[in-house]
Amino acid sequence: MNFDLTEEQVMVQEMARNFAEKEIAPYIEEDEENHHYRREILTKMGENGLLGWSMPEEYGGNGMGWMEAVIALYEIAKVHTSWRLSISGNCWGPAMTINHWGTTEQKEKYIPGLLDGSAVGSFAITEANSGSDVGSMKTTAVDKGDHFLMNGSKMWISGGHTSNTGLVFAVTAEGGGAQGLSCFIIDYDNTPGITRIPIHTKVGMWPAPTSELVFENAEIPKENLLGPLNKGFQICMWMLNNTRMGCATGAAALSAAALEGAVAYANERIQFGKQIGKFQMIQQQITEMKLEDEAARYLVLQAAWLKENGRPSQQETSMAKLYGCKAAVNAANLAMKIYGSYGYSTEYPCGRWLRDAKQFETLEGTSNIHTGIIAGIELGYQPNR
Amino acid sequence: MNIVVTLKQTFDTEANIVLKDGKIDATGVNMVMNPYDEFAVEEALKLREKDGGEVVIVCMGGADSEKAVRTALAMGADRAVLINDPALDASDEWVRAEVLAKAIKDIPFDLLLAGRIAVDDQSSQVAVRVAEVLGMPSVTSILKLDVDGGKATVTREIDGGTETIEVPLPAMLTAQKGLNEPRYPTMPGIMKAKKKEMKTVTLADLGLNAADFAPKMTAPVYSLPEARKAGVVIAGEEPIDAVKKLVKLLHEEAKVV
Repeated sequence: MNFDLTEEQVMVQEMARNFAEKEIAPYIEEDEENHHYRREILTKMGENGLLGWSMPEEYGGNGMGWMEAVIALYEIAKVHTSWRLSISGNCWGPAMTINHWGTTEQKEKYIPGLLDGSAVGSFAITEANSGSDVGSMKTTAVDKGDHFLMNGSKMWISGGHTSNTGLVFAVTAEGGGAQGLSCFIIDYDNTPGITRIPIHTKVGMWPAPTSELVFENAEIPKENLLGPLNKGFQICMWMLNNTRMGCATGAAALSAAALEGAVAYANERIQFGKQIGKFQMIQQQITEMKLEDEAARYLVLQAAWLKENGRPSQQETSMAKLYGCKAAVNAANLAMKIYGSYGYSTEYPCGRWLRDAKQFETLEGTSNIHTGIIAGIELGYQPNR
Repeated sequence: MNIVVTLKQTFDTEANIVLKDGKIDATGVNMVMNPYDEFAVEEALKLREKDGGEVVIVCMGGADSEKAVRTALAMGADRAVLINDPALDASDEWVRAEVLAKAIKDIPFDLLLAGRIAVDDQSSQVAVRVAEVLGMPSVTSILKLDVDGGKATVTREIDGGTETIEVPLPAMLTAQKGLNEPRYPTMPGIMKAKKKEMKTVTLADLGLNAADFAPKMTAPVYSLPEARKAGVVIAGEEPIDAVKKLVKLLHEEAKVV
């Protein structure tokens, strides 16, 4: 057992921390206020190899794996949660899934752009009436001989309207569900029949674009089917087990940011003639935050280590994601209390932390879904994959 | 063009300096590449990208300096020499310059680059002394560099403005903030750095005798600046009296009016 990071991992951590401080932190206030997605940050991430984790070097992989990825993502997400989506949206989502399930042609065509940051990636599963029940989706893709004809709509899609290359899951066999979905690679720049509508009403994650996608007789080339026909449900679950690491890591990082902020404030703020950190009730809150923060971070590292070593990791990923949400929401909530009235002011980050933390309870499997996965594996109802 | 960059590992600029038994205590302090040396490394890499050649890092320090050297390799430098010898622990600027110059002599180079100052001891001596030992010109605090054939045209900072200097190569140039924007070590760069040559050498390896390098200077005392005093509040006075008191304090205590 060794809890030390390797020399390379320390360099990755410092690089990502510097990158986030210099390239992301200066724009937080402006981009929050304007709900602005700063596209060039993704370009810079790509240029510096921050999008190419666990991928073949011939397609632009950076030669590093899961551990380094979560270490880097943690530092980025700690500065601004919205940017945690970049690695899931480009690498762990479409690029990794195409690399695992795709043909050589698909890999050569789509992966390099997703890793070098010249393309924005996305994946679309959720619909207005299909959330946790993935198999109930209604978007269809009908085989028309030389193409698939796609009709339907997707909702709450991260990066939907900014994306160049995305995965879309649709019904290809009567009834859909576990045996009737397929996965398609969508080239958004060259596919007529898709309307992309930005959603501006999110409670948090303001600089991260979210969209509704409408498909009206969109012709998807045959060669854009990813993996076997009607295996979309399995591909979807495989992908989510990877992309969920973005949520888990982002949540742990948000918890750390809130704790760090609360500690600095408790050491600075004087009441009754002493720093408020000297009061036991503040100490109780700091201890609670610290315990949960530490546990969340190690659950993330454990899940990443299992993935790195090709071991089953679904239960551990769900534990990291579920516990990370709890830690993040609680830390943001407690930080706001410790900051007092300043915490309730938009001039301090507590409000952003709390608004952003709440995303984690819903995205990429609600907390209820992850509770079910953890228990189901523990009780022997399903294997740990 | 072959370029040698001299580099030093220093405390993180945000580090809290603590004295223990009269010496600076490095326990728990995050160490980084001297920020001014980052400008030197970046400039060397830019020149290599334009004209080809090799960028070699030369660093003097303990084993912990490997981190700063690896960072330079991850940014893109080709190879490195780390001079690590316990006899150098208490070295002064003269010793450092003599030893660095000896190590540099063994490397083919057309240009030497360094940071204009190390943020820890702030002596700004070593790079210039190295140039003296090697018998070549040095230009400090450069803000712009153009290399053409055997000559460098350099813009450097002077009080209230800049001056442009032409200098024949080889020469030592020291980098000022503003020369460039240092790149990040990229992820593939960090992976490649693992495989690049980092040669650790001792004084004996350089053909030097530790006994010849007893420092000429010692620093017997280190002290921290006085803690900032709390502000003075003039309370409970009529405004006219308070102003009189304030002006008196500004004149006699703060000595600003």
